[in-house]
Amino acid sequence: MSTRSVIPFGPQHPVLPEPIHLDLVMEDEKVVEAIPSIGFIHRGLEKLVDKKDFNEMVYVAERICGICSLGHGLGYSEAVEHIMDIDVPSRAKYLRTIWSELSRVHSHLLWLGLLADAFGFESLYMECWRLREEALDMFEASTGGRVIFSVMKVGGIRRDVSDEMLKDFYQRINKMEEQLNTIAKPFLNDMAVQTRLRGVGVLTPEQADALGCAGPFLRASGIARDIRTTGYCAYGDVDFEPIISTEGDSYARTECRIKEIFQAFDIIRQCIDKMPAGDIDVPVKGMPNGEYVMRIEQPRGEAIYYVKANGSKFIDRMRVRTPTFANLSGLVETLKGCDLADVPILVLTIDPCISCTER
Amino acid sequence: MNTEFINVNPESIIDESQKLKFAGYHLIQQCATRVPDAYELIYTFGKDLEMKNLKMTLPEDQEISSITSIYPCAFIYENEMHDLFGVQIKMINIDYEGKLYRTAIETPFK
Repeated sequence: MSTRSVIPFGPQHPVLPEPIHLDLVMEDEKVVEAIPSIGFIHRGLEKLVDKKDFNEMVYVAERICGICSLGHGLGYSEAVEHIMDIDVPSRAKYLRTIWSELSRVHSHLLWLGLLADAFGFESLYMECWRLREEALDMFEASTGGRVIFSVMKVGGIRRDVSDEMLKDFYQRINKMEEQLNTIAKPFLNDMAVQTRLRGVGVLTPEQADALGCAGPFLRASGIARDIRTTGYCAYGDVDFEPIISTEGDSYARTECRIKEIFQAFDIIRQCIDKMPAGDIDVPVKGMPNGEYVMRIEQPRGEAIYYVKANGSKFIDRMRVRTPTFANLSGLVETLKGCDLADVPILVLTIDPCISCTER
Repeated sequence: MNTEFINVNPESIIDESQKLKFAGYHLIQQCATRVPDAYELIYTFGKDLEMKNLKMTLPEDQEISSITSIYPCAFIYENEMHDLFGVQIKMINIDYEGKLYRTAIETPFK
């Protein structure tokens, strides 16, 4: 009869620079149960609604995370815009969409690099992050920032992008797509990678749905839930279908994210082709009064922004539910029955963002 | 995007959650907001792209039942509400007893 022991895993992760801790209950080499522990770096940013007015809170939202910065600013701004019944100009919606998809590209490439690093594929890791630099360069050219962009505001956006720059983006996207074709091959075809990923950490569609999972982690289990299909920003004007896989294992999650990068390129090209002329913002009059729950599709999955306002310049509550927070339950489920050696990879396959979670 | 809020009593949260579970809804989030002498709780459920928000006001000194018996994944949200706001929740399936977040002061959002 095997004996049970508890192994503390983390808060340091072999490749993640952010702290998450798991108590792994083991029977020999198999994980029987995992209990997650977070809260090492909780910052309480939501509490800043007491000190920052509803316009300044956009900057606070953007500082929740360095990877999902743009999405947080967007989700919060859209929630306030719904409360104030503000109709954002079409050009601002299209630019918001382009930047959102660029965020997806750089977030997924960052994750692919980390995955390669976890295998010990050092040059593949460097290649992924080199390609990610292209996306960051485009951010820098269009917003002035590489990590925190400060380009969102309630009522629109702060900076326009010239038509010449958009044409340049189009060409850069095409080149990135060619390079990604090369980089994607080892992830999808290499025997060693497949051995580490196929059949590891399987989550059935029923489990993924019941556990409230989000993003590629959910869609890799065959559930076609993508909040972009609700048509916020300019997503209602572009053609795309949610990317899904059916196996629900770590390989399926990798495949989903790679396909989503290609899809992001396609959405950016469609937005550039259809880019309307006109203003990028509208004047904001009055103060927000009411409440709204906004959902957007961040690179890591569905993010929720609840805003409650009272008619003054300070809102009562901003609550952000990040995709990693939703995916922790799914992670615990996938860890049950896996080998100890697979734990680092499985933690990685939910694409955890602890900064978001510790907002 | 529909963002309807449905007012319910805190005592009926188990029944309401059960009904939504049978109807195929998954839990999206739970959150608390501080109001004078009470908490305003919002539980958000989703089915495909549809969303329902159950809203209730819980007096500060009153307990609310955990919905982890129906939605096991609620443990993370309920521990968060307890740790940050001091919402009293009974029978959470994984109860961190105030140690989910390592905050410098107890219940900082209270």
